[in-house]
Amino acid sequence: MQRLDQRGRKWLAFGKANPGLLAGFVLLLPFLLFALLPDVFASHDPIKTSIRELYTPPNAEHFFGTDELGRDVYSRVVHGARISLASAALIIGIACVIGLVLGTIAGYWGGWSDRVIMTLVDLVLAFPSLILALAVSAALGPGLRSAIIAAAAVWWPVYARLLRGITLQLSEMEFVTAARALGATAPTIIRRHILPNAIYAVIVRISIDLGLAVLLLASLSFIGLGASAPTPEWGAMVAWGRLYFLTEWWIGGFPALAITLVVVAITMLGDGLNDLRTIR
Amino acid sequence: MGKLLLERLLTLVLKLFGMAVILFVVTQILPADPAAVAAGTDARPEQIEKIRKDLGLDRPFHERFVTYITGLLRGDLGKSLLTRRAVADDLKLRFPATLELAILSGFVIVICGVSLGIISAVHAGKPADYLIRAAVVVGMGIPPFVLALFLQLIFAKWLDLFPLEGRLHTLMAPPPFRTGLYTIDSLLAGQWDIFWSCLRHLALPVAALSLGRLAVGARFTRSGMLETLGQPFVRTARAKGLRENRVILRHAFRNALIPVVTMLGIQIGFLLSGAVLVEVVFTWPGLGRYAVDSVLSFDFYAVIGAALVIAVIFVLSNTVVDLLYAQLDPRIKHK
Repeated sequence: MQRLDQRGRKWLAFGKANPGLLAGFVLLLPFLLFALLPDVFASHDPIKTSIRELYTPPNAEHFFGTDELGRDVYSRVVHGARISLASAALIIGIACVIGLVLGTIAGYWGGWSDRVIMTLVDLVLAFPSLILALAVSAALGPGLRSAIIAAAAVWWPVYARLLRGITLQLSEMEFVTAARALGATAPTIIRRHILPNAIYAVIVRISIDLGLAVLLLASLSFIGLGASAPTPEWGAMVAWGRLYFLTEWWIGGFPALAITLVVVAITMLGDGLNDLRTIR
Repeated sequence: MGKLLLERLLTLVLKLFGMAVILFVVTQILPADPAAVAAGTDARPEQIEKIRKDLGLDRPFHERFVTYITGLLRGDLGKSLLTRRAVADDLKLRFPATLELAILSGFVIVICGVSLGIISAVHAGKPADYLIRAAVVVGMGIPPFVLALFLQLIFAKWLDLFPLEGRLHTLMAPPPFRTGLYTIDSLLAGQWDIFWSCLRHLALPVAALSLGRLAVGARFTRSGMLETLGQPFVRTARAKGLRENRVILRHAFRNALIPVVTMLGIQIGFLLSGAVLVEVVFTWPGLGRYAVDSVLSFDFYAVIGAALVIAVIFVLSNTVVDLLYAQLDPRIKHK
């Protein structure tokens, strides 16, 4: 009990020293819970329509009202948390793996592989991200999967550039030279010596990017390139709700609010982590 | 400077060429059959065949590629399936609308963002600073289309202060074409009522586009200012009895400009991405909406064309920012 108390006090002190980190976490927590246990928090079936309850304003039965098909907006927002957060994680995950591989190759071997990879990186980054994602997901056809692939396709260069920089820096260090002298092969050096030292920078970058990934995915869905009906994806819900926004604002308004809160929360978390790193 | 400019121009051309190649390859290779997608799910085979011919898809990829690139060099971006017109002509029509929106938003971002950043830095640790910093966090997280929708709801529908959408009152004829920017054209023609209507129509889209980015601008300016305000030369300036305003604006701010300009370069990309979304909400007849409309109707040449023009604006403005850099800080040596 006393140990628990001590630990609690430690966390409290940590939160006080990093208010942004704490606030971000507190803001994000409900959405994490929604994503993990949607059925516990949802009050209704997110895709069940009800003709008798179209366009109901928010009330005690339907906290966020109902939409044009009588579906419960609150339950849809709850279920949407898993889709948005999981898709964002997937986008960054794919981007991270591609960037990791290409970035370390470019940084470690240099030469023509570096030139080819970095030219591609520069070209992709020369586009405003939404514009290229738009073209890619258009080519793949609309759908949540295409939107995720498109977002990852415009995001990996960020990680490639980050990893290349770190690899370049690290491969001049003495411990890498030492490992090489001991006969370690390149994959071993990258896996055992370079990646572990890059991990913190990558984590901070991921924490900042996750919010932006939620945003990019919601933007693609809003345009009409993401999830298709009746999937309760936030961006798509805002897109459909837009048609009724001036009269039944709650249909699109609450999912829009959810997007905003999650992006703000993740941004604050990422900023907090970044501050921790610079202090270190 | 001349040599630098020439070098930049050369890399610029190469870069744009590379970007055109990427767009073409992405939109032509990825889908199994763009003609089938364009024709819709319940199209008859001969319809698909016809669209395939129209798009030139019956020819091998490398031939199409060469045709497209040579066309590009002549300023020919292909034909739109949707409007049945040359994509280049469509884009010419749409371009000024986006430009007007982006330029005005850019001004708002720079002027308001920088002043808020300065205020925040000068009053660091005081209520004004906390207020601005909190607004910045929210402003950064709020997506442009969400902001656009709520601005529309509150200021157009509930308060009825601004028009809901469009570029101009429906009963007004656009001003005589000179630049395509309605505000400037109407001023040149002396049509004050049209000018006023334009401004009112611009208010909400510009707000939706700039508020979030302005927050980022304020943040960059704040941290840049805080850094320079702690430097010895600022103390010297104060010690020799300069007025505080002069110390802040002439001495500290000038040196804080570098991070602000860096920020601007990044902002332009977000601004152009955001413009796409904001244009959709406000039915603004610009490039972004054109791109979205063409994407949704699988109009590939139009998509490539619009994306390419937006990318060109982005790359060009980044080059300008780069050159500005060298002007601002002579210490920066260009590679």
